Amino acid sequence: MGAADTPQQIIDPKKRYQAGVLKYAQMGYWDADYEPKDTDVLAVFRITPQEGVDPIEAAAAVAGESSTATWTVVWTDRLTACDKYRAKAYRIDPVPGQEGQYFCWVAYDLDLFEEGSIANLTASIIGNVFSFKPLKAARLEDMRLPVAYVKTFRGPPTGIVVERERLEKYGRPLLGATMKPKLGLSGKNYGRVVYEALRGGLDFTKDDENINSQPFMHWRDRFLYCMEGVNQAAAQTGESKGHYLNITAGTMEEMYKRAEFARELGSCIVMIDLVIGWTAIQSISNWCRDNDMILHMHRAGHGTYTRQKNHGVSFRVIAKWLRLAGVDHLHAGTAVGKLEGDPMTVQGFYNVCRDTYTKQDLPRGLFFDQDWASIKRVMPVASGGIHAGQMHQLLDLFGDECVLQFGGGTIGHPMGIQAGATANRVALESMVLARNEGRDIVNEGPQILADAAKWCQPLRAALDTWGDITFNYTSTDTSDFVPTASVA
Amino acid sequence: MRITQGCFSFLPDLTDTQIAAQINHCLEQNWAVALEFTDDPHPRNTYWNMWGLPMFDLRDPAGVMGELKACREANPENYIRINAFDSTKGWETVRMSFIVQRPTAEPGFRLIRQETQGRKLRYTMESYAVGRAPEGARYAP
Repeated sequence: MGAADTPQQIIDPKKRYQAGVLKYAQMGYWDADYEPKDTDVLAVFRITPQEGVDPIEAAAAVAGESSTATWTVVWTDRLTACDKYRAKAYRIDPVPGQEGQYFCWVAYDLDLFEEGSIANLTASIIGNVFSFKPLKAARLEDMRLPVAYVKTFRGPPTGIVVERERLEKYGRPLLGATMKPKLGLSGKNYGRVVYEALRGGLDFTKDDENINSQPFMHWRDRFLYCMEGVNQAAAQTGESKGHYLNITAGTMEEMYKRAEFARELGSCIVMIDLVIGWTAIQSISNWCRDNDMILHMHRAGHGTYTRQKNHGVSFRVIAKWLRLAGVDHLHAGTAVGKLEGDPMTVQGFYNVCRDTYTKQDLPRGLFFDQDWASIKRVMPVASGGIHAGQMHQLLDLFGDECVLQFGGGTIGHPMGIQAGATANRVALESMVLARNEGRDIVNEGPQILADAAKWCQPLRAALDTWGDITFNYTSTDTSDFVPTASVA
Repeated sequence: MRITQGCFSFLPDLTDTQIAAQINHCLEQNWAVALEFTDDPHPRNTYWNMWGLPMFDLRDPAGVMGELKACREANPENYIRINAFDSTKGWETVRMSFIVQRPTAEPGFRLIRQETQGRKLRYTMESYAVGRAPEGARYAP
């Protein structure tokens, strides 16, 4: 790219620093010849310039507004090594099939960022730039975080490997369920649902994102009854069990108080919502490290800025930031369930969570190679409108290293919650067994489930109730590198 | 009760043919297969007795099945599990584990609730079998 009339960087310092307004490209925020360093932070934005705005000038503006620039020339730049601190837009491509949209690549010097602070990183990268008038819309599609920067973060406090070793559960996805109804149950009734689901065969149960400490159930009641359910189910099955106790609260002080009570009761896991913010996430992650606690992240609120392709932040970037910030579980989509998710795009999110080295993979929305250094793996969680009849698709899409959560698909079972849990566990174990035997589960899946349902009445009832339920809507968040929009 | 640890405890007990197929899968992933047995199946008992070393250099499921037969004969009333170990960087851990023998009767666990301050309880799980006899005599038929 590069229109002939694109303004070039002004080299002569006298002209460059004369008071007044220059184009961002003239100020040095566009450099088509720039070769990114291994230590640079790289970002790809999808931008939609306003009518008549040159895309290169728009890309330069993105680089400028997310690093050192303001709208006019300032002489105080000359007190700094300003060439180093200026972010450089270095490449721009039209988005395939999306007129008026461009991918622009920007490189940031490592010294622009404070070590170990997602708050600092995001204040630059998604600060002013998203409100900038010459752009109709902007979306942060992906980032490459250099190893030098990755190593300034502690990452997940537990990680997939240690979580599995603590639970002594290997070789299959873990099973969970979110307690329903989301709101209104008393502590005693809520604990009953926890107990039944764990007793029936699930590994984990979960508070929903908006269960905190409401008039119908105060948090201490919830914690006490849930742990009774967890321990009772563990003793009756001889298996480790857990319940994600949501410790989200209005202040950090209150969150620490709830976390400490969870620890005193012997819980192996606590949970937080994404809406608590980056600093709170990093703080509670440190607490979890100090207290042998698994940290479950519910991505409440992300859909407000991740779903629409032309504006916001892709969830793959949120997943990268969360891996650095340090969470152990992360809701990353189901592809086949009730919530937004194109299968390949969702697989991209799972790769970001679990890889030790993520390779560039444009159909999955991954623009960069990403070396994760020695940072631990995050366990992705598939949750939202999935049921036992989809087990073969889920296992094929996501493999073993994930948590599959069937809330309605457990609690809504016609024979009761225990039966719902058993149906899911039998479906899962049957499918893992068959896959390991070399069978083609994508095509033979329904038959494998039907065969297991011959001896497992709860599975038969689950398939009779939900077997045909699908959510076939076209996804909004798809990679533009795949020719046709895919239907989940 | 039936202890539901391991990959396949909700399925009917696997036949030897099914076990061999799972071992074959593990070997195809280049995982090292190991046998472990115990008469203390508490979920926090990480260290079951090792039946020899993990079989790092063995590539044929039949070899594992031979070891399993010997382990069963020596420990007829124990739990036996097959573990598959992955030594690649970033894993270096067990990747699959499933039970291949159980005692005739599984009495399970008692949940002990110790009342403490307020409404708090301190929970402990105790195996009935471990409580009644020393190691080696816990699951006599």
